Amino acid sequence: MKITQKDVEYIAHLARLEVDETLVDKFAEQISNILQYIDKLKDADVSSAGLMAGAALQSNVFREDMVKHSPGPEITLANAPERHEDFYTVPSVVG
Amino acid sequence: MYLHELTIQQAKKGLEIKDFSSVDLVNAMLDRIEKLDGDIGAYISVDADGARKAALEADQRISNKEHLLLKDECSSNNNKTDRKINALCYPLLGIPVALKDLLCTRGLKTTCASKILENFVPQYDATVVSMLKNAGAVIIGKTNLDEFAMGSSTENSGFHITRNPWNRDYVPGGSSGGSAAAVSAQMCTAALGTDTGGSIRQPASHCGVVGIKPTYGRVSRYGLVSYASSLDQIGPITRDVTDAAIMLNVICGHDPLDSTSANVEVPDFTAALTQFETDSLKGMRAGIPKEFLSLKGLDPDVEQAFNNAKKTLEKLGVEMVEVSLPQTDYAVAAYYVIAPSEASSNLARFDGVRYGLRDTEANDLIDMYKKTKSKGFGAEVQRRIITGTYALSAGYYDAYYGRATKVRAMIRDDFTRAFESCDIIISPVAPTPAFKIGENIDDPLTMYLTDIFTLSTNMAGLPGISVPCGFSSKELPIGLQIMANRFDEMAIIRAGYGLEHTLGIKQKFPDI
Repeated sequence: MKITQKDVEYIAHLARLEVDETLVDKFAEQISNILQYIDKLKDADVSSAGLMAGAALQSNVFREDMVKHSPGPEITLANAPERHEDFYTVPSVVG
Repeated sequence: MYLHELTIQQAKKGLEIKDFSSVDLVNAMLDRIEKLDGDIGAYISVDADGARKAALEADQRISNKEHLLLKDECSSNNNKTDRKINALCYPLLGIPVALKDLLCTRGLKTTCASKILENFVPQYDATVVSMLKNAGAVIIGKTNLDEFAMGSSTENSGFHITRNPWNRDYVPGGSSGGSAAAVSAQMCTAALGTDTGGSIRQPASHCGVVGIKPTYGRVSRYGLVSYASSLDQIGPITRDVTDAAIMLNVICGHDPLDSTSANVEVPDFTAALTQFETDSLKGMRAGIPKEFLSLKGLDPDVEQAFNNAKKTLEKLGVEMVEVSLPQTDYAVAAYYVIAPSEASSNLARFDGVRYGLRDTEANDLIDMYKKTKSKGFGAEVQRRIITGTYALSAGYYDAYYGRATKVRAMIRDDFTRAFESCDIIISPVAPTPAFKIGENIDDPLTMYLTDIFTLSTNMAGLPGISVPCGFSSKELPIGLQIMANRFDEMAIIRAGYGLEHTLGIKQKFPDI
């Protein structure tokens, strides 16, 4: 599968990335090479295979629903790039 | 012998008989870092003050004989499995340990070698870090890696490259290149790395040290910054197999904070060393996958070292059998769908809101996300996020991610079948010894293909070790990979110890 510069920009938008203009060309070429290689998966006979989503032991994990202390805002927000009192602040969501 | 050269086992003896103190040991490492690390670049941050303080506390405990209070309980086999009692015996008391900078350390910067987390200071310790501290270890610093563990050479670090201590024109491997170089250049006694597709075993091989990727679920991932959650696993990088067993004894065990952590019994891994002493490797069967040896591009020096290791194992009583891993040809392709897919989801959290870098010039929220990520993530991370997003996007999901998970199941089944006729599987760790700095950096696909021997064990969730087994004509170290069935770390430790014991390679240090 070959992808174009336009594809790179579109997928980057889906991933909320803004690829530097100088890198778009290079990315299109490199990712096309990678996808071309990955395309060999189409030759694999997977007709009898199940899915394997993870390597963990296949059992569900439960725990008691217990109330625990919250670490509190000082610890929770210690790494906030910007905050207002006990809240994270972000640029306006609605214009 | 110099203090910086000692293994964990040797250092413990010296500390016990008060030949030297933990402060002496830590100071020796700090001097070594001061002298060498400007050039090698193994560390991102060194916590000299914290390490000296922890060393003083360790010395105090040694003076008070606190580590001997439960000595009888610790040495009795019944209690070896009791993790609490084990920790109370301080199995790493006063030992300087380095951590890959992907493991959260409370109050100590954790960057993942990314500009996006350049100033991130975790508010909690990863479970493995708590376990090390409870065992008395001294955390000396945080080591370099490929950004978010994405790479095989440590050239993708957002800060600086790491050089191979055996030859500084060469890469140390990756992504745990900083940890492997720090152990190899004796700037710490032992280290932790993480392995998603070979990131412990390959740098261990390239730097001439021992590295173990435990079974998936053996070691808690709580506090490990996720790259590909279904493949990531933490493990030790050490000077020898004995030290790796000692480290594993400390870091393995069930953790309720990681839902993929396995609630299975943890054996005393050092018992595998004793088993070798009494039984050698008699009765062991080693599988050699026929698909591995027919691969193109296997370096002749690697092939020779592999054959030599094979002969050594045979002399120790191992019976060689041919096994087949038919999906080998698809493993790299499936891996480079699954790992970037998981990465594209995991790395969405670095959005500039709760921690890390934030772009302040953006006009609205979406623009802020985009500018923050693009400024914070390096090229390889962006490339993998885009590849992963593409593989998961509507219309492509079945052809890529869906198919890759089926191939993954087939890889797992291949191993299950293979282990019906053998106890361990042996192979080279990487097709070539360490390559030159800059050699593969512009060709990501070639770099990906170097993971061919190691990534299948991550796909299947199996344990693997890299043990030094020879040198190339350019005097670069080469390791042997030994894999085993799930939760059978004992087999790889026993075989790895046998190989190390017989070849005597661990006595060699890089000339620095």
